[in-house]
Amino acid sequence: MFDSQTAATYNLETVGDQENDFILNLGPQHPGTHGVLRVVLHMDGEYILSADPVLGYGHRMQEKIAETLTYTQVLPYMARMDYLSALSYNQAWVCLVEKMCGYEVPRRAEYIRVLTTELNRISSHFLWFGAFLLDLGAFTPFLHAFEDREKILDLLETLTGSRLTYCFFRFGGVGADVDSVFLKGAQDFVDHMRSHLASYHDLVTGNVIFQERTRDVGVILPFDTWGYGLTGPVLRGSGEKYDVRLREPYSIYPELDFEIPVEQTGDCLARYLVRLQEIEESLNIIEQTIAGMPEGPIRSKVPKIIKPPEGEATMSVETPRGELMIYAVSDGSKIPYRVKYRVPSFANLSIFSKMAKGQLLADALAVLGSLDLVIPEVDR
Amino acid sequence: MIMEITIVRTLLSILGITLVVGLNAVFVVWLERKVAGHMQYRLGPTEVGPAGLLQTVADGLKLVSKQIIFPRSADTPIFILAPIICLVPVFVALLPVPFSENIQAHELDVGLLLVIALGLLNTLGILLAGWGCDNKYALLGASRAVAQILAYKIPLLLCILPIILLSGTFSLREIVVAQDHSLWFALYQPVAFLIYLVAITMETNRSPFDFAEAESELVAGFHTEYSGMMFSLFFLAEYTYMFVAAAIASVLFLGGWLGPFFPGPVWMLLKIYFFLFLMMWFRWTFPRVRVDQMLSFGWKILLPISLLNFLLTAGVMAAL
Repeated sequence: MFDSQTAATYNLETVGDQENDFILNLGPQHPGTHGVLRVVLHMDGEYILSADPVLGYGHRMQEKIAETLTYTQVLPYMARMDYLSALSYNQAWVCLVEKMCGYEVPRRAEYIRVLTTELNRISSHFLWFGAFLLDLGAFTPFLHAFEDREKILDLLETLTGSRLTYCFFRFGGVGADVDSVFLKGAQDFVDHMRSHLASYHDLVTGNVIFQERTRDVGVILPFDTWGYGLTGPVLRGSGEKYDVRLREPYSIYPELDFEIPVEQTGDCLARYLVRLQEIEESLNIIEQTIAGMPEGPIRSKVPKIIKPPEGEATMSVETPRGELMIYAVSDGSKIPYRVKYRVPSFANLSIFSKMAKGQLLADALAVLGSLDLVIPEVDR
Repeated sequence: MIMEITIVRTLLSILGITLVVGLNAVFVVWLERKVAGHMQYRLGPTEVGPAGLLQTVADGLKLVSKQIIFPRSADTPIFILAPIICLVPVFVALLPVPFSENIQAHELDVGLLLVIALGLLNTLGILLAGWGCDNKYALLGASRAVAQILAYKIPLLLCILPIILLSGTFSLREIVVAQDHSLWFALYQPVAFLIYLVAITMETNRSPFDFAEAESELVAGFHTEYSGMMFSLFFLAEYTYMFVAAAIASVLFLGGWLGPFFPGPVWMLLKIYFFLFLMMWFRWTFPRVRVDQMLSFGWKILLPISLLNFLLTAGVMAAL
């Protein structure tokens, strides 16, 4: 329909016409940045000459806070960084402390953890789906995705008591047991989504305008992915089959049968397709955990006051946005000596300046949307 | 005597046009919100008035009561002039639109030309708004509006020309009369009809061609700095302009007030709101096209096709 050469880029060698350049502050309050991210754009007309993200508007000293609280008190803070995948953060912290102290986790608790985390992953991808399409100027997919996301939130609310900032996992187990109503609800959701995902593809994926807006836009080369520390769907969209659930398996993931979706082209469309396929894979995982849910306790005996032995440990999990690594040093007391979060959004944002250079403003916002950033996670 | 009739007629026309503009805005905004709502698993407005019909009135009252904020660095005369320049031409453009054989504010030999010419003033208003308020987002939005104007205006004119060849007149009323004893022109000119549909979507700044506003990119585009009543003037102008464009589309291609069973004005309004519904459907389904894609679409695809269509029509007419 349009030209095949859709990716219009600016010839950066003609820069120097100082009279027509201007600085545009994109954010911190802007509908396209989805949070308090500010990007200083140096522009020539519609073209971006350089883009510098300015961070820290949502900085809350998460790492320092963790050094002043006990291991148990740190747990609720996990949900406040990436509020869209609170359970992945729960899991990272809980697994880390279990690793340091050597606690056992019952099988049923592991199954519940994976089941709820994957539900959380789907809800996060739904929100991204809506927000990304909003960036491209389509409003309706946002509300369609929210309708389905609502089902997950309702489900998780019955189990965990909260809808967004879950604090559900416990050291050595989970906070509450699943009942048959929850399992049936989860199975119904899987069945519903299997058929309903087709409508997402009808509405968006097959649309000519959508394809022209995303194909060949914001291409990330495989060479750059490692240099910038990209992970998650952003990395897998560039052809790297890297997923923490595959490479450094934790919990019961090695026993489950699921694929890691990979696309080769590295553009916005590839990242979009990877995420939609991940929703399907998460549905598979959820179905397997429901079918294989073992009987037994949901929590093992752990001491009331947690004092890990002196030493250090790291724990990586795959959040919907990529690899989250938490590093903690214990000095034998009940308060961590040092905590470091390696968050996926921060690393994924780092390549934005490179990608935005020479792009049209509209493309840069599509790229920003395709990175799936959560700004409180970037700022911590 | 003739003098008095002219005065009464003029007053009635002004009253009628104001009523059409006001009621249309109330109804179309309500319709748009209802259509959007039902496409998104929502209900749309339900609270104010029957089925939420008076929601727009309530919103209008809110906008009127709000403070108008003038940016300190704005060019105040231009800032004030811009929404007026956007709104006034659409009032005038309603003059030659026929709603039935004898309901028409003013019959003009060149009614079609007048509407097209006044349509261009809309872009002037947007340009002034973007320039006057000294805001970079607004300026970008305005520059986009100016860049796109030629890309749709020329195909638009080339789609209208075959209709003029077929009907032999520039008068909107005569164009409808010409369709009385033949098929509607949409059937003779399907290509022109489709291109015209695309072009009026671009002309009224509607999604997927709403670059001048482009919420996710330019915050609110050319009207970023406008608030209260000044903003609602732009809003009113946009919805009235949609009404005019849809009315012209139904006159040119769907036989205006012609149709069985119902009286003329009913048919005319039905056809107008059919086009408005189409435009709403586009808006709530499609993502936004990128500016350069829209320009190349206009220049490289719409223009050659409409030119070819015009030449073919002219050739066939000459041969017959």
